[in-house]
Amino acid sequence: MIKLTNIEKVYQTSNIETLALNNINIDIKKGEFVSIMGPSGCGKSTLLNIMGLLDEPSTGTIAIDSKPVEKFTDKDLAFLRNQKIGFIFQSFHLINDLSILDNVEIPLLYRTSTSKSRRDAAKEALEKVGLSNRMKHFPNQLSGGQKQRVAIARAIVGNPEIILADEPTGNLDSAMGNEILNILLQLNAAGSTIVMVTHDENMAKKTHRLIRLFDGSQVS
Amino acid sequence: MLFNYIKIAWKVLLRHPFYTFITLFGITLTLTVLMVITSFLDHLVGSHYPENKRDRSLYIMNVALYDSAKTSMNGGALSYDFIKTHIKPLKTPENVGFSTMISSANSYLNGRRIKVSTKYCDPNFWEVTDYEFLEGKPFNHQNIANGDHVVVITDAMKKQYFEDETASAIGKMIEVDNEKFKVIGVVKSAPVTRFMTFSDVFFPYNLPKSNYQSKSIQGNFTVIILAKDKSDFVEIQKEFDASVNKIPLPIQSFGNKFDIIDVKAQPYVDTVLYSLLRNGKEIYIYIIISFIVLMLMGLPAINLVNLNVSRIMERASEIGIRKAFGAPSSSLAWQFIIENIFITMIGGGFALTLTAIIIAIFNQSGLILYADLTINFSVFGVSLLVCLIFGLLSGVVPAIRMSKMKVIDALKSS
Repeated sequence: MIKLTNIEKVYQTSNIETLALNNINIDIKKGEFVSIMGPSGCGKSTLLNIMGLLDEPSTGTIAIDSKPVEKFTDKDLAFLRNQKIGFIFQSFHLINDLSILDNVEIPLLYRTSTSKSRRDAAKEALEKVGLSNRMKHFPNQLSGGQKQRVAIARAIVGNPEIILADEPTGNLDSAMGNEILNILLQLNAAGSTIVMVTHDENMAKKTHRLIRLFDGSQVS
Repeated sequence: MLFNYIKIAWKVLLRHPFYTFITLFGITLTLTVLMVITSFLDHLVGSHYPENKRDRSLYIMNVALYDSAKTSMNGGALSYDFIKTHIKPLKTPENVGFSTMISSANSYLNGRRIKVSTKYCDPNFWEVTDYEFLEGKPFNHQNIANGDHVVVITDAMKKQYFEDETASAIGKMIEVDNEKFKVIGVVKSAPVTRFMTFSDVFFPYNLPKSNYQSKSIQGNFTVIILAKDKSDFVEIQKEFDASVNKIPLPIQSFGNKFDIIDVKAQPYVDTVLYSLLRNGKEIYIYIIISFIVLMLMGLPAINLVNLNVSRIMERASEIGIRKAFGAPSSSLAWQFIIENIFITMIGGGFALTLTAIIIAIFNQSGLILYADLTINFSVFGVSLLVCLIFGLLSGVVPAIRMSKMKVIDALKSS
């Protein structure tokens, strides 16, 4: 489903070169639930961003569904993200000026669909995460756990095959964290391929496979 | 999608009331100034009462005589003799009407002095103009032939002169400069800015005071030549020029000898500018006006670009989110352009209201007698176009810049 080959990511400032990722080779199969762990600053989020086509590697190749994406244009990448990938961020990244329902609708705005079908799909996604009673609320009226559930609804509204979650429980207490993990496990059971960055060993144990990073290199 | 964009734009406006106030104030003020200027120019040069046919009329208001070295010049309006010989016989126009320049006279009513503007005109003047007769009718060729002491007055003059406004003024006598005239028509007043046609009292041209019997080229009269169609202007001008070229030179006038005669039949604006500049370089006036308008529009637009860049920068996180979920750069650029047009349109709406208020106050103020400034369709159209250009000018640059932002940079900036 996602294949990374010899990935390197170097951040270049005026005089210093920082190697964020070094020779990463990962192959994630369809339907897998993979977690990525490692100390802070080891490159976990950078790796997830590269997998999600939000960032470019300095060297190496990425293939989604066996198709290399190096030569994809900005428009092609946007299309691929829209159709195949759903993101869940640690800090939720909701648009505060839009209602919960409008936030969830965002991925569908960039597809050919009618306003009604978008509304229906967004409502359905919110029902899945148990927030159908909060559709008209705004993000700043919700708790952290509720915001993350909205973010999950937004990630799944377009039925993407891949869900990339960057520390989805990082800002939540353990009860709320478990609730979010359960939703992710259910989505995986329903067929989604999930890659999750986490600091929590217990959560990682519940996934199919664990990838450990240290100083930008894959150690297991 | 469009509704979503507008909803966001509205929320962004509400989020920073002070910033919104500054932005809308800038747009509103600039557009208001532009619209009032446009409206004023339209009032001055557009086709309005009683010159509704200005777009197919040629005007002659001045004839200039020069010596061969062009060291001395004698300019003035036209004589009746010149009009009779060189303009009335023209075959290409639909009609030719003439009248004197505005002059003033005194009228007395019960010992009270009333200062009035007067004009002497021919019967065709009422055909080339569009004066609305509220009572009676214009004088005709028979009145001219009989030398009748008749007048047409305006409703404002009637109100001033006759105590009973409601009764008809037709058949009543008015006294102007110690002579008595019978009122045969009452017309709706026109603004004083239409000086070729404005007056309070209109006399037949052949009354002695019009000095119509002068045999020189120059006199007191101005002419409106009505063409069947605007496209006939060239033919009319050609025929008129040919007639003028037949005038034997040099001309003796007031003891001087003149070798060059300069008189042109031109559209209204050109006639006014030519009489002021008399050098055929009216194009520079147009360039200066265009430059001022461009500055009026361009400088606030540049300022708005800067304001918009900082405003859109603030929304980098939103750009990142939208891109992460599949928005292509072009969609985002359009989003910001639409938002900007929306904001500019709101400013346009305010400007339209403000302009309507300013115009109403101006019309009521009496600064220009009987002023009839309006926001007509063309003025509104220009304003709408200006709004759109504003929206595009101030939206395109920041929109393109921000939409090209890398997804990860946009997300991290929050």
